[in-house]
Order: sequence, then C-alpha cells, then structure tokens
Amino acid sequence: MGIQIDLDKCVGCGECLSSCPFGLLEIIAEKVYLREGCTFCGACQEACDYQAILIEAAAEAPAAGDSYRGVWVFAEQRNGKLKSVAYELLSRGRQLADTLGTELCVICFGHGINEAQQLIAYGADKVYLMDAPALSSNQDDLYTKGLVELIEKYKPEIVIAGATSLGRSFIPRVAAILKTGLTADCTGLEIDPETGLLLQTRPTFGGNIMATIICQTKRPQMSTVRPRVFKKGTPDGRRKGQVIRVDFNKQRITSRTKLLSFIDDIIEAVKLEDANIIVSGGRGVGKAENFQLLEELAGVMGAALGSSRPPVDDGWVPYSHQVGQTGKTVCPKLYIACGISGAVQHLAGMQTSDTIVAINNDPDAPIFEVASYGIVGDLFKVVPMLIKKLKND
Amino acid sequence: MNIVVCLKQVPGTTKVNIDPQTNTLVRQGIKNIVNPFDTYALEEGVRIKERYEGKVTAISMGPPQAEEALREVISTGADEAILLSDSAFAGADTLATSHTLARAINKLKQYDIIICGRQTIDGDTGQVGPELAEMLGIPFVAYVSKIEEIDNGYMRVKRMVEDGHEVIETPLPTVITVVKEINVPRLPSLRGLAKARSAVIPIWTAQELGVDKNMVGLSGSATRVIRVFFPQRVHHGEILQGDLESQANSLIDKLREAKIISGS
Ligand SMILES: Cc1cc2nc3c(=O)[nH]c(=O)nc-3n(C[C@H](O)[C@H](O)[C@H](O)COP(=O)(O)OP(=O)(O)OC[C@H]3O[C@@H](n4cnc5c(N)ncnc54)[C@H](O)[C@@H]3O)c2cc1C
Ligand SMILES: Nc1ncnc2c1ncn2[C@@H]1O[C@H](COP(=O)(O)O)[C@@H](O)[C@H]1O
Repeated sequence: MGIQIDLDKCVGCGECLSSCPFGLLEIIAEKVYLREGCTFCGACQEACDYQAILIEAAAEAPAAGDSYRGVWVFAEQRNGKLKSVAYELLSRGRQLADTLGTELCVICFGHGINEAQQLIAYGADKVYLMDAPALSSNQDDLYTKGLVELIEKYKPEIVIAGATSLGRSFIPRVAAILKTGLTADCTGLEIDPETGLLLQTRPTFGGNIMATIICQTKRPQMSTVRPRVFKKGTPDGRRKGQVIRVDFNKQRITSRTKLLSFIDDIIEAVKLEDANIIVSGGRGVGKAENFQLLEELAGVMGAALGSSRPPVDDGWVPYSHQVGQTGKTVCPKLYIACGISGAVQHLAGMQTSDTIVAINNDPDAPIFEVASYGIVGDLFKVVPMLIKKLKND
Repeated sequence: MNIVVCLKQVPGTTKVNIDPQTNTLVRQGIKNIVNPFDTYALEEGVRIKERYEGKVTAISMGPPQAEEALREVISTGADEAILLSDSAFAGADTLATSHTLARAINKLKQYDIIICGRQTIDGDTGQVGPELAEMLGIPFVAYVSKIEEIDNGYMRVKRMVEDGHEVIETPLPTVITVVKEINVPRLPSLRGLAKARSAVIPIWTAQELGVDKNMVGLSGSATRVIRVFFPQRVHHGEILQGDLESQANSLIDKLREAKIISGS
C-alpha cells in the first residue's frame, strides 16, 4: 500500500495541488512533490490527467463474511420516549434493506417503551426490545455490552445509530470491541449497486469537504448519522412485524460508571430538536439581556430559541441551545437567524432547514447565501417590527 | 497521579475557504497547529497534576513534524512527550489510531487518567477516545465539562449531553474526552519555553511498540476513503426590498402565504 509518483509522467501542471485536502502537494522544479501525512485518499490520482500518481491499494481481503445479513437501526430513547432520529433512520434503513433485499431490525434499550408497534408501522420487520429499569437512563456501559452481545449473536451486515451525544460516545466502543470500521456523523447513506457495500458520506474539515467512506473487509458496516438529515417516513398501520423481547442479564451486563444525577439546562418550553420554528441569535445580539427580544419573538411564533457559538461562549445562553457543528443539528420548517454571520460551522447545523430567514446588517454576510429570505438591517429594528406585525394582525 | 494526554497536530483549517471559480480549497498560509480541542485536554491534565500531584505525559501519533506540537505542549505544562511515528502508521483510521495509541499507553504501564479532546478539526470524528478506552479495557466518559473530584480511585465528573449535564462517577483508570467549556488553556511560560527547547522527545516506531503491521496504519484500518468532493452550496434566496418596516411586513406575509406560519 502507498502512493507512487511517476516523475517521468509528471508534467508539473499543478492540477493536483488543490485536490489534496491536506495541502501536501508541491511543485518543485516542475515536478510534483509529496510531503508527509498522506492518507491515500486518492483525490490527487483522480485530478491527474497524466496518470502520474498511483495509489496502490492494499491487497484487499475478499468482502467480509457473507453470513452477515440485515440492516439494524439503534433507536435511542429518553425516559421511555424514542427520539425522532430513530424514525429518521428507520425510513433510510428501510430503503437500504429493500435495496439489499434483506430485513430491517430495530434495537431498542430502555424502560417502559410502548412504541414497538409504531416502529413496525414505520418500516421495521423486527424490533429487539431490551426493557429494564436500569436501562431507563442512557447508560453507556450497559448499552455497549448489550449491543455487542446482540450483534455477535445475530450478525447484521449494517448497523446505524444517531450521531447524538449518546451515539457518538458509545457506538465507537461497540465498533472497537468488534474490531470493525465506523464512520462518524454521516449525512448520506447509499448502497453501491456494484459491490453492495454501504457508501457512507460525511463532512470533514468543519464541513468544507465531503468524504465517501466504505468498510470493505470487516462486519458489520457501522455509521452514526446526523439527526435531521433523513426525513421521517409515513406510518402504515397494517404492516406486520415481530417484537422480540431480549433478556437484560444483570450478571453479564454491568456498568463500571455510575450516573449520579442529571441537570436539565433547557430554558425554553419548546425543545430545539422538535421545534417547527427556531429563532436563533448570534454575536450580533450583543449581550445576554438582548436575548429577551428574541425570546419574545419566539414566544409569539411558538418557536424555540437557538444560538450560534459566541453567545454560548460568552455565557448569554446555555450550550444546549447551540446550533452547529459542535452543537445541535436542526431542520425546522423555519429558521430565523438574527445577527449570525453564517460561518460553515454554524451552517453545518441548520442549512437543511426548509425555510431560512436571515436578518443581518452586513449585506455581505455569508448567511444570505443560504437564506430563502434576507433582510439587510438592524435586528433591533427589524425584530420588534416582526413582533408588532405578528401581534396586530 | 499519572495523566496521559493524547493530542494530534492538524492543519489550522478554520480559514479554509472554497474558491467559487475553481471549486477548490483556498489554503494560503495554513500552518499546522495543536488540535484546538486537545489544548483543553492538556490544560486539564496539568490542572489535575497541580491539584493532586503527578505527571503529565503527552502522546501524539503522526509524521515527524508532529514533534512541534509536542514541544508546544511541553511549553504549556506537559512533563514528558512521546511521538509515535513510523511510515507504517500512515493512513490510519480511528480503529488503527486507537490501537496504536493503546499500545503506547500500555508500554507506559502506569496511567490513571487518559484525556482526549472531544474531536479533531480535520477528521471530526471524536471516535479515538472511546475506541481507545475499549482497546485498553477501561471505562470511558465523553464530553466532560468539569472534573469535580478525584478521590480514592474514583473520579466524579460533569459531562454535557444534549439537554443538560450528567454527573458521573467512574473508577480509575479511565479515559475521558473534554469539551472546551472545561477550562481556559494557559499560555506558555518562559520556563516552559526553555524546557520545550531542550526537551528530548523519544520517537516510538512500530517495532518499539511491538505492533503487528496489519493492525496499524492503512493496513489496520477498517474504513477507506474512496472519494472526496466539495459540498454543493444549495440555493440563492431573495433579499427583500423597500424600507425596513415594509420588508418586515412582506416577510410575514410571504411566510403566511407559503403556510410556513399560521395567521391571518
Ligand atoms: C471546531 C469549531 C467548531 C465550531 N462549532 C460551531 C458551532 O457548533 N456553532 C456555531 O455557531 N459556531 C461554531 N463555530 C464558530 C464559527 O466558526 C463562528 O465563529 C460562529 O458561528 C460565528 O457566530 P456569529 O455568526 O454569531 O458571530 P459573527 O461571525 O461575529 O457574526 C455576527 C453577525 O451579526 C451581524 N450583526 C451585528 N450587529 C447586528 C445588528 N444590530 N443587527 C443585525 N446584524 C448584526 C454582523 O454583521 C455579523 O454578520 C465553531 C468553530 C470551530 C473552529
Ligand atoms: N494521531 C493522534 N495522536 C494522538 N491523539 C489523537 C490522534 N488522533 C486523535 N487523537 C485524540 O483523539 C481525539 C479525537 O480524535 P478524532 O477521533 O480523530 O476526532 C483527539 O482530540 C485527540 O485527543
């Protein structure tokens, strides 16, 4: 495995330079030169018109275990209620399973869950349900061991879970125990028609570059998927499926860490992830007290309050309101960005919203590039006008 | 208390932009930096040491130039640093990276707390910390925003989840990943800078770690990047016209017409 540059073929055109996501290529004396740090992604090979760059693939073992079958969705819950990402993954999982001609199973750990029939209506063929009081809160250790046991027993070929704080903290552990690959925070899942492999697409470099990743030789193929990128399907009450209760074995499945308490941070009645409308403020809001104006607008619209990172960093609003790459991904029907410039890291969390309104006094702010409607102006003038109009009509 | 901090040298990419003409990365003057989230990990390690005594060892896997990153963290408080570098490590995904880091930490023998950043800014996966914990067979807590107490072989931490905070107790040794809310990293001290200049940073190769070459680097990776491309920026919307009041009014009217909001 490695990268070979054929200097006889290289004409020093420089076409490849900008293709390298790591900027490792240089032209020296009309020949291309590669610095250390190459990940063999192959972008330069594609960019070269002279076949001067060759990535030698490691001799691939034949595609792993044909005994692995079925698509699994891990359905996350809190206090017995499933998160919406579970249903989003179910709708995509159904398509993947249909393409592969295999079954779709949902794995659910928790206590007092009564949505199993609904999961079937939304496309599951089987629901593996592990129900025990100890599982009611999200207990990483128990979930890790529980999921590993099930995967080892039933051998699914694909396992997907939400890229939530829970998913991103315990799914990597499952993958490490199984010694298989895991692709984080995917925004696209497809089946390659030729190989039947799962094509997992995700943003890297803070959303500047997209990468498509495969897991060829290990099973299962695993990914965490960003909430709100796939749309929830429509239920069909006549669908038939099986609910399989799995024993929670207290002796085998134990936790080393102990959850002592949970402190709720949300200051609003409406949760960000579930909101149809989000009113969001950025550095342009100026200070903590000014957020009251946005809360008032949110109040008249029945909206939730969101934020870019600077107001969170400065302590104006709690972190649980942060939207973006290191905050939440949201996809409301309407997102109103007030005093937010639209940095890639913020866009990463909201650009798939159905309708985006931007209010910003800088006409060149990048947020206007994604906005459906833009108002160039002072938010302290515009927002009160919106409140007035909404209240008066 | 033996504290190990894992950190990575990354391109300082927040300035990366896409040239709309050529649809390629603009990367003038991008230099390598310590992954920002890892500076919080290092600072927290140094603070634990200051509170409970002990030693902070920084470990990085990367090409030879990653030594710069290790010197940098010696100037801000790491006692020792080790570079894991070998051409066999190149092209590692998170599985191969965490395997390599685990072998190095095992070689250190003594460790109580291993601290990673929440994620890197180039790979953005946040998987190395939790995978490393499993490779070492020890507990793991993600997104730690506060270390409340370390006592008697246990550590009590506060961690961030979507809707708030959880308080968790974990036995040592343990792996944690930290978020930027946890502290404000210090600047290098004069003494630290002097120490960084003269520090000897050992390089551990595949042979020194005694790793199987099929478990590290590209060969040890389960995943492969098969394509990289630039995201499509979707659409251009409408900038409303007129004075502000009529813009505000027409916005509400449009939203109502499109049935995005209800009302008269
Ligand atoms: C690794 C990493 C992760 C990150 N994760 C996130 C994340 O999850 N979420 C996130 O949001 N950011 C994130 N960021 C930060 C991001 O890069 C930007 O710094 C941030 O989004 C900028 O926030 P802002 O738009 O509120 O502030 P600014 O960029 O300062 O923009 C403020 C805007 O307000 C406008 N304005 C000022 N006054 C007014 C007024 N009176 N009326 C109208 N408009 C006004 C200005 O014209 C300006 O456009 C991350 C950065 C890094 C490096
Ligand atoms: N090559 C590496 N060397 C040392 N530590 C690393 C390396 N890669 C990742 N890490 C650690 O793992 C964390 C998560 O990285 P990632 O999974 O790549 O997002 C980082 O913040 C580092 O603490």
